Amino acid sequence: MLTEKYITGNCTISKGAVSKNGLTVFENNTPVNAFLLAVYQHLQLNYPKFYKMDNLSKLGWLAAELLLKDGFDKEAYQPEEVGVILANANSSLDDDLKYFDSIKNTASPSLFVYTLPNIVTGEICIRNHFKGEQAFFIQDTFDADFIAKQVNYLLNNNILQACICGWADVIDQEYKAVLFLVEKQKKETSVAFSAENMETIFKKDQV
Amino acid sequence: MREKDIFIVADNVFSPLGKTTAANFLKLKENISAVKQHSNTKLSTLPFFASLFDENTQFIEDDKHAYTKFEQLLIASIADALQGAETNASDKKTVLIISSTKGNISLLENEPVSAELKKRIALSTSAKLVAGHFGFVNKPVIISNACISGVLGIITGMRLLRSGEYETAIIAGADVISKFILSGFQSFQALSPQLCKPFDIAHDGLNLGEGAGTIILSANKKYAGSIKVKGGSVSNDANHISGPSRTGQELAGAITTAVKDAGILTTEIGFISAHGTATVYNDEMEANALSISGLQAIPLNSLKGYYGHTLGAAGLIESIISIQSLKQNYFLPALGFEKAATGSQVNVCSAPMQITANNILKTASGFGGCNAAVVFGK
Repeated sequence: MLTEKYITGNCTISKGAVSKNGLTVFENNTPVNAFLLAVYQHLQLNYPKFYKMDNLSKLGWLAAELLLKDGFDKEAYQPEEVGVILANANSSLDDDLKYFDSIKNTASPSLFVYTLPNIVTGEICIRNHFKGEQAFFIQDTFDADFIAKQVNYLLNNNILQACICGWADVIDQEYKAVLFLVEKQKKETSVAFSAENMETIFKKDQV
Repeated sequence: MREKDIFIVADNVFSPLGKTTAANFLKLKENISAVKQHSNTKLSTLPFFASLFDENTQFIEDDKHAYTKFEQLLIASIADALQGAETNASDKKTVLIISSTKGNISLLENEPVSAELKKRIALSTSAKLVAGHFGFVNKPVIISNACISGVLGIITGMRLLRSGEYETAIIAGADVISKFILSGFQSFQALSPQLCKPFDIAHDGLNLGEGAGTIILSANKKYAGSIKVKGGSVSNDANHISGPSRTGQELAGAITTAVKDAGILTTEIGFISAHGTATVYNDEMEANALSISGLQAIPLNSLKGYYGHTLGAAGLIESIISIQSLKQNYFLPALGFEKAATGSQVNVCSAPMQITANNILKTASGFGGCNAAVVFGK
């Protein structure tokens, strides 16, 4: 039942910097709203729905865009073979606060829809047509070991053939997304899929 | 080869209808709904229909810890479920899983926003308090995945036991109805101005509800003979963040995979506990999905007419009640349903059914395009 699994790509957005597979691709030290827009513009994306998203969805969605850019062969998979397993500490609180502010006047349905952490999962799935397993876990800090076990179960049992997993968290001006693409086929830049390797990549922005 | 069997050892439903599964089931057999009209200006300027606890409800005795209502609900539900089992919370092979959509969000309504308040609202804070209350040694798992949170909790627990990681999983879900949640559903115009009518031709929106549910699962063979959680699956519509799939194909995919995971055939499903929120979009999508899955003739209910939509607790409460039905050969109707919605081909129960079934299917869907299906059986 055990199959070989690799981290075939990773992407980090944190502290004003964006990196893919360990290489910084963009830096911009502006407040979170301007920063996320700058990343979007830097990647030369054209996706009007982006502007409607809350910051958590923008962050996770942008990280997924960069993660899958150049190198991910979407055609190799059926929609239901690709899943998204994410975690964060603050759930959707960043948007919850904004929504709650809105109800003093008129409750805003467009803010309310983002008051769930798994909406970012939905945004990633809509963009990429992924229809496989998904789960959103709340953890006070990134629990690489737990995430690795979840993804291992799904890939070992052939429930999924590829999985995006990792962390996406925003609260006020603090944000961090670290996403991993996990596949069964080795690529040039691959490292073995393990909690240790995820942990190492996750902590890179801290040096 | 069949995967390791996972047994249901004990459970609890804690709702405005009662504090135990048995008490709840008795009320349901009497066809009593917890949904009523409320005029509570703290929650809404307009009257609304919902299933709410009385303001003076005592969830746990002698609370010296200043637990929030959400945490008290979880504790009360878990405590009762543990009483019905030989489960030791402090065992290294035991894991606690908590499911909720909005947890302590109502705290925003009474206190100014501060770093401390944000930390107090975090689901990890509640999970730590609840785990500490019972002496769980393992870090609790927290799931917040919209309205499939409860069913996803059961599926996650089943998988953690199958993989041998743990021997026992205690899955508890709760949500509390607050101004935050009510105003949001009102802004979406998703609430019915009356008692909700799942799958009925006149379905016009949902009722919200609060409550908690707990299921204890075990991989220990000494429970052989108990009802099993046989299989589960999750999918995403990849269509819209707040509207369901146009076709129902993705929920159908989750159903088919869950049935396959259970090692049974679709024809062996004897009853379905649908999500059935009573919004037109949800009910149509679900009816389509069940038809695609070849389950259109199987009797089904939605329990939303009794409990309202209890969000992160819904999957647990509705699974537990359906498991009780499986044990007692007594299946409940979809309260509020009289005449089938136009074009619907599913077999919605309008009266109780005393039938035997070997397997039941529970489905759930939610914002973000998520779907989940789980199979329970003898």
